[in-house]
Parts: sequence; C-alpha cells; structure tokens
Amino acid sequence: MSAFLRSTAAIIWKDIKTEWRTRENLSAMLVFSLLVILIFNFALELDLRARESLAGGVLWAAFIFAGTIGLNRSMAVEKDRGCLDGLLLAPVDRSAIFVGKAVGNLLFMLVVEAIVLPVFSFLYGISVFQPGFLAVVLLGSIGYSAVGTLLAAMVVQTRTRDILLPILLFPLTLPVVISAVKASQGFIQALPLGDVSVWVNILIAYDLIFLAVAIMVFDYILEE
Amino acid sequence: MITVKKLVKRFGPITVLRELDFDVNSGEFVALLGPNGAGKTTLLRILSSLMRPTSGTVQVASCNLPSQGASLRAKLGIVSHQPLLYGDLTAAENLEFFSKLYSVKTKRIAEILDLVGLYPRRDDLVRTFSRGMQQRLAIGRAILHDPSLLLLDEPHTGLDQAAGEILDRILQDVALEGRTVVMTSHDLVRSAGLASRLVLLSKGKISNSLSTVDLEPADLIDFYKTGLEGGRS
Amino acid sequence: MLDKPRLLTAMDILSAVMILIAAGLVFFYAPVEQLMGQVQKVFYFHVATAWVGMLGFMAAGVAGVQYLRTEDEKWDIAGLGAVEISLVFFMVAIIMGSIWARPIWNTWWTWDPRLTTAAIVELIYAAYLLLRSGLDDPGKRARFSAIYAIFGFFSVPLTFISIRLLRTIHPVVIGSAEAASQGGFNMDDPMKTAFFFSLAAFSVLFADLLWHRIRLGKLQSAVNTLRIQSYEKES
Repeated sequence: MSAFLRSTAAIIWKDIKTEWRTRENLSAMLVFSLLVILIFNFALELDLRARESLAGGVLWAAFIFAGTIGLNRSMAVEKDRGCLDGLLLAPVDRSAIFVGKAVGNLLFMLVVEAIVLPVFSFLYGISVFQPGFLAVVLLGSIGYSAVGTLLAAMVVQTRTRDILLPILLFPLTLPVVISAVKASQGFIQALPLGDVSVWVNILIAYDLIFLAVAIMVFDYILEE
Repeated sequence: MITVKKLVKRFGPITVLRELDFDVNSGEFVALLGPNGAGKTTLLRILSSLMRPTSGTVQVASCNLPSQGASLRAKLGIVSHQPLLYGDLTAAENLEFFSKLYSVKTKRIAEILDLVGLYPRRDDLVRTFSRGMQQRLAIGRAILHDPSLLLLDEPHTGLDQAAGEILDRILQDVALEGRTVVMTSHDLVRSAGLASRLVLLSKGKISNSLSTVDLEPADLIDFYKTGLEGGRS
Repeated sequence: MLDKPRLLTAMDILSAVMILIAAGLVFFYAPVEQLMGQVQKVFYFHVATAWVGMLGFMAAGVAGVQYLRTEDEKWDIAGLGAVEISLVFFMVAIIMGSIWARPIWNTWWTWDPRLTTAAIVELIYAAYLLLRSGLDDPGKRARFSAIYAIFGFFSVPLTFISIRLLRTIHPVVIGSAEAASQGGFNMDDPMKTAFFFSLAAFSVLFADLLWHRIRLGKLQSAVNTLRIQSYEKES
C-alpha cells in the first residue's frame, strides 16, 4: 500500500516540478479560460440580471474547454519522449500511474480555477466564494479529470491526437456539466439546499462510478 | 537467465515473430542483430514485459511472462533509443524520480552520475544535453536499481564516434559487473567488440548464433549472410 | 464460414414478414387516435426504433466488457456492429420524433430528455467511430473501443437522469391521466397489440442485422489475413 502511495506521490511531484519549470500548460489553460469568458460575454451580451442566471454556465464552459488543453499536454509529455515506457517498466502498480496523472491534472485544473474564479467574480460582480460553490467546483473537476486522464491516455496513442480528446470527452462529461452548472447556479442564487442537493448527489455518483471504472480499465489502455 | 520457446507475436493479421526460440545464460553479453523489421524491438519489448506474446513460453530472470511481469521489472534495466527521460527536469531530478519508483537509496544517485561521467552536469536540464549525454544518463537510469538483466535497444543510434566510444566504455564496465546484457544493434563490428555472443534474427526467427571468442572478420560476414539466407526459408 | 447459415436466411424472412405485419397492424388494425389523427401512428415505429437503438447501445457496452475479458475478435465486431446499427435506428427514431412533433407541438425539435439523450448517444457513436478510425493497430483499436463503449454505457443513464431532472415535455405514454394534455394518450387493446408487435418486429430485425454485420466483419478479417499472407509469400 505504501509503495502505491509513494509512487503516486512521486509521479504527482514530478508533474508539478516539470510544469513549474515552464508553466506552459498552466498559462495556456489560464489564458484560454479567460478568453472563453470574454467571448461569452460578447456573444451573449447579457444584462446584469441575465448574467447572474448564466454565470455558472459560462464558468463551466471555460473550465471544460481549458481542461482539455491541460489533459492533452500532460499526456503528450509522457508519450513523446517515451517516458510512458519508463513508467511502465518501473515496478509500480499501473493504477498508481493513473491516479498519479489524474491527481496531477486535477491539481492543475484547480490552480487555474483558483485564478479564474476571482477574476470572474470581479468582472461579473458575483461572489463565488461560498463553501458550497467551491465544493461543486471541486467535485466537478474530480470527475472531469478522472475521465479526461483516462481518455487522454487512449487518445495520445492515436493518429488524430489533438482533435479527438474533446470529441470523446465532452459527451461523456455531460452529467458533470449539467449538474455542476445547476448546482453552481443554486449556490449563486442562494436557492434552498434541498433544490441543490440532488445535483450534488449526481456529481458525487458520477465521480465514484467513473473513478472505479477508470481504475479497473486503465491497465488495458497501457498494455500491448 | 532468459528462456524463450516457440514465441509467436501477431499484430492482427501480421505475424512478426514466428515460433522463435532464444536462450541467454546468466552473465552473457548477447548482441541481437538483424535487418529492419526482423522483430528485434518486438522481441525486446516482450522480454521487458511491455508487450504480451500471442503464444509461446517466455521466462526471464525466473519470472514467467506475461503473468509475473511485475516481479520482473525490479530486476530489469532498459535503454531504448528514446531517452525515457524528462527534458524539463535536471539529470539529478530524473534519477531522483526513478529512484523513488524503484525504492533506491538517494546516495546511489551521486554514484551513478559519477559512473556515467555526468556528475558536473547534474543540475542541468536534460533538455540541454546532447544525444550522447542523454544516452549515458539513460544507462545510469537503467542500472540505478542494480538490475541483473539489461536490455538495450540500439543504444548507439544517433551517436557520433566519440559519444559512441564513451558509451562502449560504460557498457563494458557495466557488463563486467556480472550483469546479463542483451543488446540489439545494426552494427556488426561494434557488437563483435562488445558482446560475447552474436545472434541473428531474421524474418521472425533466430537464424544464426556465433560466439565472439577468436572471431575473424570473414566469420562475421559469413555469419550474417548465411543467417539471412536461413531466414528466407 | 462462407456459406450463409440456413438459420440466418430464415431470420431474414422472419424479420421482413414481421415488419410487414407490424406495418399492417399499425395502419389498418389500430384505431386512429382521437386528438392527433393519423400522425400518431408514427409513434409505434418511433418507440420501436428507439427501443432497438437502446438495445444496441447496451449491447455495445456488454460486447466491450466481453472483449476485454476474452480478447476474442468477434466481440469487437459485435460491438462495432451494435454501434453502427444503433446509430441508424436512433436516427430513424429521432426523425420520426420530429415528424410527430411538428403537427402536435408546432416544432421540429424538442429539448426533452429522451430525444436529447438520443442525440447525445448519436454523438457518442460518432466519437466511437472517429476513435476507431484513428487507430491502426487492431488490438488497440478493439480494446479502446471496448473501453469507450463501457464508459458510454455508464455515462448515458446519468446524462439522461440529469436532463430529466432539468425539464420534460415528452409525452408520458402509458396510462397517466394528465398525459393527454401533454400530447400523451391512453392505449386501448388494439393499440397495445400493434405497439408490442412493432417492438418485437424491430427487435428481430436488429438481431438479424447484427448477425449479418458480424458475419461481414469476420469475412473482412479473413480476407485481410489472406491478403497479408499472400504478400509474405511473395517476398
């Protein structure tokens, strides 16, 4: 068990260090999120009240799109220099590789979100710093990163690498998008907890199901 | 150390290895030669547990593949023609990472860096290394956990004369430490200089084997030619 | 393998006959519905094709699991076949849904849960086929398709539930009192007969098509192998 945790931690730390050297991934994700928010601002031309009711949607659109950039790049690094083989040759559990990469991707997503949220708050004049809202962001990001990491591992081995990941990922993450947006909206508009809880439950269910399935299935993606 | 019987590997309708038999004794340095597409890399990937055989028995370092792949990995070191190193980390950081995965003590890192002559560059990003230096670090990574078996897939690819010689010197030191080495190569002469035995892989089968003790250049050419013809049948 | 099994021929005939009977039942036996008129008859085939689409979707997920467990190529072909057939059937169901919706609600498309989920499944199928086309190694292609089908299998019900909770204007057909106001209706016995028979007819059709598709896949595979073998003999 501790070997598993040690390897997972080593992989996460390695990803953090590598990213910190260049910060390319993080900057790309950050800029992209802000661009999406900007585009939506003009595309939808919302008045103040409409903005509040659509805030959750705009935010999650930004996170989802920016997320694919991070996922793609994180896997591409491993594939391009054959590093994935290096990981596969080490005496570590395959699932440690998955968990390590997925947690790394989650962390990057959370960092980007941590920067985008205050900016969004500032631009739209909506306070998003409530525990409920932040919990939703966390839950949604977990599900998204888990499925995204797995699909990225598949996609990086195809010919049509870059375009394929969003095409595969988005339909599968619709439950996350729908629930996260509804739950976020609920918290922003201070709806009663009863209304919001059903969406949070769906998020939790999604996270649990897909984490389990992903861990079970990951071996098959890496073997030859 | 390695026992392979009737190994078959198919990719869909294409058969790359056809009932291949291959044996390596402990302490041998075997050079695996053969034309492109003969299946050398495929064989190596199967021996390293990265690829699963379609059929046949494979036993490496007392581990049956593919079922006991996990136990094999701790005893195995690999050098591929890709560096398997992270460009955005320093040489020392790369070794640190792998030492965590292989449960190796950190003081070993300095020893290894010294062995491959990269200690002065330990805090430089691998991205800045020349191809020769990356290969040396790759060998360092491969022996970090003191494996009993080393598999090398055309390690001299892309190296100039000087870098190749440095690599050879390190390989000889490493081999002398009692490890078993299997190296694929295109270079007949160089392999004869490094290895204790030459093996020719042609069209998915081992078609010739030759000890390098008291070897004449004419023997080499003969070995290669008859091996290729043998594979054609 | 080259000879077409007698059973398959029998199934071809059975499917054709059953569809004809179903059409007969729908147009001549079942009464014309009071409120909606002739267009309501679309319903029988609409639900039947959607149902079969669902069957295909689940079959793809099951085939995926079976492939990962056995690595037998036939499960990969079955999964691909199920997706292809289901793709067509859902498309038919969606189009029929539009034909029904237009006169009743004066709109071609309704963002209701079932229809929307069907559209999403179509997108997942498209993604599945794109994934396959990006992979050349047959082993990887089969494994990854299987995994994606399994993921889809779990994701779509959750998506459906989410959308359902969002909104619904799809008629709740079987028996509810308010259903009529939403465009639903109660079914009397002749209607039920026509309905269930259509369901059965399309299920048989699905099985028939899938069997043909699996045969086709196996034959393609055999041709491929022969071709590669002949290249190797030449060289």
